[in-house]
Amino acid sequence: MKHIISALVENKPGVLAHVAGMFAARAFNIDSLVVGRTEDPDLSRMTIVVIGDDRVVEQVRKQLAKIVPVVKVQDFVGKPIVARDLMLITISAPPEKRPELLPLIETFKGKVVDIGPKLLMVEICGPEAKIEAFINVCKPYGIKSVARTGTIAMPRQAKTEQ
Amino acid sequence: MIGQPEWPSGAVVYRNDEYGVYQERYRTMSKSRSSAKSAGTQDKSGLKAGAQIIVDTLIGQGVDTMFGYPGGVVLPLFDRLYDAPIRFVIPRHEQGGCHMADAYARASGKVGVVVATSGPGACNLTTGLATAMMDSVPVVALTGQVRTELIGNDAFQEADTTGVTRPVTKYNCIVKDVKNLARTIREAFYIASTGRPGPVLVDLPVDIQVAKCKADGSDDMELPGYKIRTRGHAKQISSAAAAINASERPVLYVGGGVISANATEQLRAFAEKAHLPVTTTLLGLGSYDQSKPESLDMLGMHGSAYANFAVQECDLLIAVGARFDDRVTGRLKDFAPLAEILHIDIDPASISKNVKVDIPVVGDAKHILAELAKEVKYCERKAWFKKIAEWKKKFPFSYDKNSSSVKPQHIVSELCHQTDGKAIITTGVGQNQMWTAQFYKFSRPRQLISSGGLGTMGYGLPAAIGAQVAKPKETVVDIDGDHSFNMTMTELATAVENKLPIKVCILNNGYMGMVRQWQELFYGKRYSKSYLANPDYAAVAEALGAVGITVDKKADVPKAIRAMLGEKRPCVVDFRIEREENVWPMVAAGKSLNEMDGLDILESMA
Repeated sequence: MKHIISALVENKPGVLAHVAGMFAARAFNIDSLVVGRTEDPDLSRMTIVVIGDDRVVEQVRKQLAKIVPVVKVQDFVGKPIVARDLMLITISAPPEKRPELLPLIETFKGKVVDIGPKLLMVEICGPEAKIEAFINVCKPYGIKSVARTGTIAMPRQAKTEQ
Repeated sequence: MIGQPEWPSGAVVYRNDEYGVYQERYRTMSKSRSSAKSAGTQDKSGLKAGAQIIVDTLIGQGVDTMFGYPGGVVLPLFDRLYDAPIRFVIPRHEQGGCHMADAYARASGKVGVVVATSGPGACNLTTGLATAMMDSVPVVALTGQVRTELIGNDAFQEADTTGVTRPVTKYNCIVKDVKNLARTIREAFYIASTGRPGPVLVDLPVDIQVAKCKADGSDDMELPGYKIRTRGHAKQISSAAAAINASERPVLYVGGGVISANATEQLRAFAEKAHLPVTTTLLGLGSYDQSKPESLDMLGMHGSAYANFAVQECDLLIAVGARFDDRVTGRLKDFAPLAEILHIDIDPASISKNVKVDIPVVGDAKHILAELAKEVKYCERKAWFKKIAEWKKKFPFSYDKNSSSVKPQHIVSELCHQTDGKAIITTGVGQNQMWTAQFYKFSRPRQLISSGGLGTMGYGLPAAIGAQVAKPKETVVDIDGDHSFNMTMTELATAVENKLPIKVCILNNGYMGMVRQWQELFYGKRYSKSYLANPDYAAVAEALGAVGITVDKKADVPKAIRAMLGEKRPCVVDFRIEREENVWPMVAAGKSLNEMDGLDILESMA
């Protein structure tokens, strides 16, 4: 099962290496890992997507919490959250294909951010399933390259305020 | 012909018996130093050099003993240690120094401190740090590092020390601003010694040791991510007590955590009040007096048959400060199949890591056991204790006492007898360690010092040195294997130099005994690469300035042990034991705890 784990960590050198090293040493699989700053300059947030049964993910959560510079760990599984991925995708798009491609991009609320003689670069954001769906739709046209951020997530307010 | 070189006139010989005098001497020295404001301590502007801040912070943490080896980038620190009131023991190799600091910590309950230089010095610490990490021992390692502006440039003796040691430390960091130095070292001691203890490494670039800053020593620690739960949850404690009171066949399974929590007195009171049979892990030996009838001795791969049977048949397993290691559990899915599992541990990550726990209680064993003792009732459990007594009678630890060869079990039993079971024992790893665990009867905490989790061969000798430094008045004996001893035997020179009267019993069978045993049992006696040509250990001991004794006759064993224990100098006894003796019983890898080999052998000799 897929778990999205959010860890608030001290913004110090070596913390990412520590977290990544722990995953490797304990043979946990990381599906994606995103690190970024937060509203507090001393803290960063890591969003880690892990696939495993509940027992494994429970260990992941505990081992993460055990790392000294890790301040707080939450497992979002089963909780109402907003989760987003960002993707830049370059699609093979000769001028004659563009009329059918552009509405497609529009449907997925994508944005064309670069145009070349034969290629289009599209920025698309959303839940992982939407990103995957867009990739599938683009496949027949030919995908040149893809860059994805991995998932970031936050719990929904309504639930947390209760 | 050139004469013998003179020892430098400033060389100080540290003797145990003179230690008080020596401390006093340095106390007056440091007083005169602070009044003279000698160069480097503190200049007129009230600024202190990093190296001095380190030394002052260490003293502030109560450090009076350190282990370590000098080198290029720790010279500023060693200059400040020159006249610091700290006893300093120099090993022959940094690994030895780290083991010494580790054993010093295990024997004393204080934090062990080790210093090494950058690059090779720091890398040589890693085995020692991993040993301390696996056995949860509070050690603070201080390593030198190249100048901050050179870091990452492959400078001379540069290694990415924090990178190398991250997986084998509880926490590590590099200090890049002298302003953070004192706080970081205080944090290191706090992290090392609290919660589930462990080694902490602080990497100290040489320019930080030289840089000056105002150090008032009062800045607070900043550890937002480090929280320890000490008091157990009251509701969990109550459900634990209820489970114990309802149990007909309980077993108390105790690990090293009870010793590091200094909770052995609480353990005794609790076990007596509830009337529970007690088995311990290797590192738990000494937490419960083995002479008591309720003691089941050690459990696990080479544990007692009665402990293993009791665990497999119990209806409640009460684990305290233990972590369900594979050497304890055997085949996991058949471990304690009838039991409800109650687990008391300070480390939440230990709960349900290997074995699913029914009643977890997270917190300090000292507090939880005291609380539990209030709620449990005495219960006779006659049938259960009767069954245990039968197993004990049928399958005691035993060996062929009539054999004419020198039996390792005989040596350990005789040593136990002659020391009244009161010596501090360190061990190597392998057969020697298991025979020690089986045949020496421990009665008090911090009495057995052994590398359990990592299984570090070569640990015994430096550990004996560290323990003797911590406990100068006690008898410290390293029961070692020949090949374990081979790994670190140069440290004997450290014992001689520091006048530490440690004893070493080498159980010399000419093999890596446990490797040979496995090759005998599982690889058709093909003894592939499991033996080495050994030196004459008595001659080696003499050459290094210790006393050496060789024993190859059974009749000489008691005499040799008596001579060894009476010796004022470090003493090595080379026991030429039965070469192919095995450790019994044995739960082979992948077998369940009640599927022990060698029970027929024990039964025939009971």
